[in-house]
Amino acid sequence: MAGDASKALSNDVLWGGGRSPFSISYGKMMMWFFLVSDALTFSGLLVAYGFVRHSTTDAWPIGEEVFRALPFLHGSYPLIYVALMTAILIFSSVTMVLAVEAGHRMDKKGVIKWLFLTVLGGAFFVGSQAWEWSHFIHGGGGYITTTDGAKYWVHNDTHDTHDPSNAPGFHLEKAKDGHYLIPEEGAPHLDHAASLKLWNERASYVDGANMVHNEYGPPQYANFFFFITGFHGFHVFSGVIINIIVLIMVVQGVFHRRGHYEMVEKAGLYWHFVDLVWVFVFTFFYLL
Amino acid sequence: MLRDDIIEYSLDAHHSEEAGRKMRRKIWLVTLFLAVITTVEVALGAYWKEWMPDSWGMVKWTFVVLTLVKATYIVMSFMHLGDERRNIRAIILLPYALFILYLVFIAIFESNYVHQIWVRFL
Repeated sequence: MAGDASKALSNDVLWGGGRSPFSISYGKMMMWFFLVSDALTFSGLLVAYGFVRHSTTDAWPIGEEVFRALPFLHGSYPLIYVALMTAILIFSSVTMVLAVEAGHRMDKKGVIKWLFLTVLGGAFFVGSQAWEWSHFIHGGGGYITTTDGAKYWVHNDTHDTHDPSNAPGFHLEKAKDGHYLIPEEGAPHLDHAASLKLWNERASYVDGANMVHNEYGPPQYANFFFFITGFHGFHVFSGVIINIIVLIMVVQGVFHRRGHYEMVEKAGLYWHFVDLVWVFVFTFFYLL
Repeated sequence: MLRDDIIEYSLDAHHSEEAGRKMRRKIWLVTLFLAVITTVEVALGAYWKEWMPDSWGMVKWTFVVLTLVKATYIVMSFMHLGDERRNIRAIILLPYALFILYLVFIAIFESNYVHQIWVRFL
């Protein structure tokens, strides 16, 4: 067949016209070109993040201290949630490559099974990201700054951030100098009266995160979090939609009649790319 | 004109039951490998301070290397770039690598200077 034959041809014949010197279909090649341009965009975002983080003189938050919560559970589980998200995405990448493999054997049932699991994994990932955003935006209680620049963490039993000083169990805890998230070692929890006094004389109260300020670190930290994970999440969302459309076409037998499942392969390239980007976001945003 | 994605090249995109078994075995092996690397990364990220304090420089570079290893396996195995012809591999990887290595290099140098300026004038 064409691909096998072209492997044996000399370069003169190969580039002489009438065949693809790359031995790859138009659709797959264009998908690769798109992915290269998309990879440049994501690299630009991550390099910009690195630039800001490296040049700033502010204390920069550390991933394992910001992302340590799990749904329905109290306590500290550093990076576990993000690791689960990574596992889900890598697993859905595996089911995708298995769908492509089944397509090469013209195994329609296999393609449907693996592609359906891929869609499921993608949907789970988008859902997990929604939870993570919500948790990031709501924060862990926030901090106040006093007029002399010291930071105090705000605690109360009900995690009330609208009127924390009237919530039961309200007290403040001094933050380590130059840090956002680490309490000062050996500093006692202030009692209710002392906490209330500081609260009433506070210079500012920051809780959760938005584009202007956040309780984790410099404003750029939350901005990059929203932009990078948001842009990636949008890619995952579009990937899920593309996979659903391809799945419907597989079920209808479009590719079986066409004689090959290359469309699954092309959608698969995009889906693996989304996984690939997450591998880098995971390292450069959460781990480093 | 015949559409080449339908007629010419995609007709090669088939393999036998026997070849499929080998490919699936390889896929699961790569999966296991990626899962192990991710587990190591997470454990290192969460506990390196307890295990080996003052080693941030080494841990950081370990993360970068492990990430590049993971990326290589995803691109070469899952995206099948390793099975494509050498020329298509080159036109995809080389321009990208050229731009990004330069961008990373320039960003590291410039951010150092900007940092020094912040320190001096802020």
